[in-house]
Amino acid sequence: MSINSLVCIKQVPDTTQVRIDPETGSLVRKGIPSVANPYDLYALETALSVRDQHGGFITALSMGPPQAEEVLRKALGYGVDRAVLLSDRAFAGADTLATTYALAAAVKKIASGRDAQTGASGIDIIFSGKQSIDGDTGQVGPGMARRLNFSQLTYVCSLIEIDVEARCVEAWRQREDGRELLQAKMPVAVTVTEQCSSIRYAALPDLITAAKKPVEVWSAADLDVDRERLGLRGSPTRVSKIFAPPARKRGETLTAPERSVAEVAALLFDRLAERGLKIGRRGG
Amino acid sequence: MTGWLSVALRSAGAVAELKKDKASGREPQAKKAAAEGEGEIWVVIEHEGADAAPVSWELVGEARALADELGVRAAAVIIGAGEQELARKAFSYGAAASYLAAGPKLGAYSADPHCQALAGLAARHKPQVILLGATTRGRDLASAAATELETGLTADCTELKIDPEKKLLLQTRPAFSGNVMATIITPKRQPQMATVRPGVFPAPEPVAGASGEIIASKPRLKPTNVSVKQLEFIRAPKDEVSLQGAKVIVAGGRGLKAARNFALLEELACELGGAVAASRAAVDAGWISSQRQVGQTGQTVRPVLYFAMGISGAVQHLAGMQASDIVVAVNNDPEAPIFEVADYGIVGDLFEVTPVLTEEVRRRKAEAGADGGLRIEKSARK
Amino acid sequence: MNKGKKETGTAGAAGAAPARFDAIVVGGGPAGLATTFTLARAGVKVACLERGNWSGSKNMMGGVIYSHPTAAVFPEFWREAPLERLVTRRDMWFATTDSTIKASFESTDFGQEPYNSFTVYRARFDKWLAAQAAAAGAWMITETLAEDLLRDGRRVAGVRSGRPQGDLEADVVIIAEGVNPFLTEKAGLASCPPQAPNVALAVKEVLALPTEKIEDRFDLEPGAGAAIEIIGEITGGLPGTGFIYTNRDTISIGVGVLLNSLVDNVTEAYTILDKFKQQPQLRRLIQGASPREYSAHLIPEGGYRCMPQLYGDGVLVAGDAAGMVNPINSEGANLALLSGQMAAETVLACRREGCFDRHALALYQQKLEKSIVIKDLKKYENATPFLASHPQLFGLYPELMAALAREFLTVDSLSKANKEKLLLRLFHSQVPTRRLLKDLYDAWRSLT
Ligand SMILES: Cc1cc2nc3c(=O)[nH]c(=O)nc-3n(C[C@H](O)[C@H](O)[C@H](O)COP(=O)(O)OP(=O)(O)OC[C@H]3O[C@@H](n4cnc5c(N)ncnc54)[C@H](O)[C@@H]3O)c2cc1C
Ligand SMILES: Cc1cc2nc3c(=O)[nH]c(=O)nc-3n(C[C@H](O)[C@H](O)[C@H](O)COP(=O)(O)OP(=O)(O)OC[C@H]3O[C@@H](n4cnc5c(N)ncnc54)[C@H](O)[C@@H]3O)c2cc1C
Ligand SMILES: Nc1ncnc2c1ncn2[C@@H]1O[C@H](COP(=O)(O)O)[C@@H](O)[C@H]1O
Repeated sequence: MSINSLVCIKQVPDTTQVRIDPETGSLVRKGIPSVANPYDLYALETALSVRDQHGGFITALSMGPPQAEEVLRKALGYGVDRAVLLSDRAFAGADTLATTYALAAAVKKIASGRDAQTGASGIDIIFSGKQSIDGDTGQVGPGMARRLNFSQLTYVCSLIEIDVEARCVEAWRQREDGRELLQAKMPVAVTVTEQCSSIRYAALPDLITAAKKPVEVWSAADLDVDRERLGLRGSPTRVSKIFAPPARKRGETLTAPERSVAEVAALLFDRLAERGLKIGRRGG
Repeated sequence: MTGWLSVALRSAGAVAELKKDKASGREPQAKKAAAEGEGEIWVVIEHEGADAAPVSWELVGEARALADELGVRAAAVIIGAGEQELARKAFSYGAAASYLAAGPKLGAYSADPHCQALAGLAARHKPQVILLGATTRGRDLASAAATELETGLTADCTELKIDPEKKLLLQTRPAFSGNVMATIITPKRQPQMATVRPGVFPAPEPVAGASGEIIASKPRLKPTNVSVKQLEFIRAPKDEVSLQGAKVIVAGGRGLKAARNFALLEELACELGGAVAASRAAVDAGWISSQRQVGQTGQTVRPVLYFAMGISGAVQHLAGMQASDIVVAVNNDPEAPIFEVADYGIVGDLFEVTPVLTEEVRRRKAEAGADGGLRIEKSARK
Repeated sequence: MNKGKKETGTAGAAGAAPARFDAIVVGGGPAGLATTFTLARAGVKVACLERGNWSGSKNMMGGVIYSHPTAAVFPEFWREAPLERLVTRRDMWFATTDSTIKASFESTDFGQEPYNSFTVYRARFDKWLAAQAAAAGAWMITETLAEDLLRDGRRVAGVRSGRPQGDLEADVVIIAEGVNPFLTEKAGLASCPPQAPNVALAVKEVLALPTEKIEDRFDLEPGAGAAIEIIGEITGGLPGTGFIYTNRDTISIGVGVLLNSLVDNVTEAYTILDKFKQQPQLRRLIQGASPREYSAHLIPEGGYRCMPQLYGDGVLVAGDAAGMVNPINSEGANLALLSGQMAAETVLACRREGCFDRHALALYQQKLEKSIVIKDLKKYENATPFLASHPQLFGLYPELMAALAREFLTVDSLSKANKEKLLLRLFHSQVPTRRLLKDLYDAWRSLT
């Protein structure tokens, strides 16, 4: 028995270069290089190592403009068996709810094996990144789990075992206060953190195979969906305003020739207290 | 906005009406309850037994302020084993009602049953807003519940306001790794859902003796084939408190000179209840684990207070910390670029300055006669 | 040697990966892509290895490509390729720190098919070329560094990449690796090392400026472009030139200086560029433009003398790797494209004979000799040594020209006749007539 998985990969702008045009107040995205969302590569590596161990098929799935094909091409280079891109104007402007609606519909189609190019039937695990670096929401992975009725495992920092017979996955999940070992029933949707292994160095034969492998591009018409629930129309949230974060300015230099270090320290905590950060007991 | 009026009303102690919503989930009662809860502002309390995450109370305080502005109730939602004490605690922080959903499958957190419980409550009582902490658990639950409710969810908000005309919730959050701020609205669907970063809002003063309505229910859960079980939990040692959750971060760079000197920072961090982080130079030198690295190739952090000790302030480092509310830099080079982004600059030898800072914190704590760490009284953001 | 990692089970259209190729091209620049495209179109099983994320990702180019040689390889490319602007005006500026003499050539002719030249943004243009090669049937393998050559006796028998299971065999390898001829050396073909004085260092910035502003400041019709070459004090008196090219909504600005004058110092090149941008006439053109990116790159300028052996057993070298840059105007993309195409034609001819030894591949040299590639390179054989040994061309002469012009055009109490006398005296005090004549003669000999 083998494990079939699906990896969600999003193409994102290199966010360190995204900024607001001070004149127009709009987002400058033009000319900014696109990359695969870094967390998704951890997801991809996790899927690859599961396949190394248990066999099975991996499908890479992305939704985005036509050039998002690049990230899927990259995934093929790592040896993914099949790559599907959802690209259609109808998908554009989707928030996370409309995104999971479209992605989940695609997963259903892939899992149904209706056009099982890979011979895969069913999807046992969906891997995605803990969040995308543009949206930063982390909502798509769990949203898909919900729509597809998959178990939900977020912030996984290491996937340790899959019991194929019992159809169970064991994984460590990162929390603020520690780590928990969870056992989830398959099918399961896993979102991974940067603590998972980084992506391998793809082997040359895989790249050669990938060079000629097609990326399938599906439009809304290829999916069993209600168009009203796609893209901007299907998105309950709206961006009402975007603006540049307040730029940091040089603040106050606390050191001065006449002040001792102890005085500087006292001054600092006085200043912090003025700004609402107090030390000691409540009300103190 | 909370103002004296609301405090007065709360302390006046409207008599709690302890009501059992026995036949929850069934139609006729559901309708009645809906009329009762409609339009409320809810906060989902994140808790482990009777211990609630501080962000939950911060949010109750904020929900109260928003609710007062809209003329509706703020309510807490406690999904668990029936933690009455949390319900009451919520009143002391400003909630007028607590929804107490309990059941055998709800004792420990698990996404599916908790999502079902929350979505069920929301469908029945029709709150207009649901807030959760932007923690690993809060995001986990919020994403699932928003999907179930087919509504909008805004992640990681750092500011909430009410649009005075349309009465919509204006949810402001950083996007593109903090390079851009966006205000998001959910104009046509209810509830409007958001997760909010810990430490963004001050925790309100608890008002002793405050009371409110407890609405208890036993949600019916649909049987599903999904299941997630906890097998083990390893609490992180103190110094490994996640940088993501930390309100205070004390970070060290190459100026620390050696691994052992990080002890200096740990002491300060410990006194302030914060976490220790580092620049890449310190990580590359092998003085501290790479999980502590802040910056472009490390973590992006947004604590309330960030100390940069012996860190020059390279852009790659700034990328990970400049969204902090307050930055304090200690560096012996007055020209160090870190001072350009620091709210408070201390030009000096960190080996001399750090222990004095720690000492000052201890002194203040002793003076206040308490062991509390750093308390955030109001939003530190300017 | 080249076993697939795992049979992935992909059936149908994609097919299995070939165990060996007919030809492998190293480097996805203009030279490599011309070869790859030409071979693939002829049905040859060819793989092109490129170390960058994609073809063009590591490339910088000031940005003018000529239509004629490009169309020879990619017919009517202008219909589809991502071009920035159609160049209708070429300027030559002689600039000092505060003044400029401008020579400008503009022709409506340039605006007609097949056109003369275009500005391009290499990151986009090369990507398009690569897509053409892929569409023609080539295997485009990116993010893969060719580290060594495989050998079968003396014969080059393939390429070794740094990847797992990274060996790839082929009948013939075409090296088109650009200015650092690392594999060319490994193949035992290189002659001059890529060092001073045979290379120039170019530093470039791309500055963003709205389309209307560009067309306004450079006085251009919509979509038309200007290419400006600048000589003078701006390179700090070092042998080299500056350039400005207009793109759609960016400007490429840069300087190239011979490396020996910089002693390997990139920062110094940036200092020169910064100074260059301060020149008042230039500053006006780029005012308010925000930096988008900057890069540094070497240009082989050794010319004909430094060309490696172009062929060996199972191996050919094309483009910058073969030193094919015309040092007078630093135009290499043309020669790269043409040499790449000839390399492909050579391979096609040899395939018919089934022999790739060095005697068969010598056909490549013959083809090049007959083409403008070697003819031009031979013609400018002495240009780089000449420029390197005559720094006055870059400092003193432009300075003097400007001084002369200034004096002549300034109206003051001196009569024109007196001015002329004064100017001649000034000129002779700086440049003895004998030296001037000799410089002129040398220049004529090596540059024309
Ligand atoms: C692609 C890329 C990604 C990178 N990603 C990251 C990243 O994620 N995070 C990151 O941090 N860096 C990153 N860097 C590295 C970054 O550019 C800097 O090199 C690094 O941040 C410098 O660390 P530092 O400030 O600790 O060291 P330095 O720059 O060496 O600064 C040390 C500072 O300590 C001060 N100092 C020394 N002694 C004392 C003393 N006794 N008391 C007080 N002050 C003292 C000095 O004046 C100096 O300012 C990245 C670089 C690249 C190229
Ligand atoms: C600033 C500047 C301005 C210029 N302006 C012009 C101009 O206006 N017009 C003009 O015609 N020419 C110009 N040139 C010259 C022109 O850019 C080059 O002559 C031309 O790019 C040469 O093409 P090529 O294919 O030989 O090499 P390149 O374009 O350098 O391509 C070589 C490719 O091989 C890859 N590579 C190298 N080694 C390996 C390896 N071992 N394994 C895998 N891949 C490898 C590289 O990543 C690169 O993509 C300019 C050059 C510079 C620097
Ligand atoms: N458009 C998309 N196409 C494919 N995967 C996506 C898309 N959007 C989000 N994802 C996946 O969901 C994860 C979380 O994204 P987000 O909720 O946007 O932060 C990402 O790391 C991806 O794995």
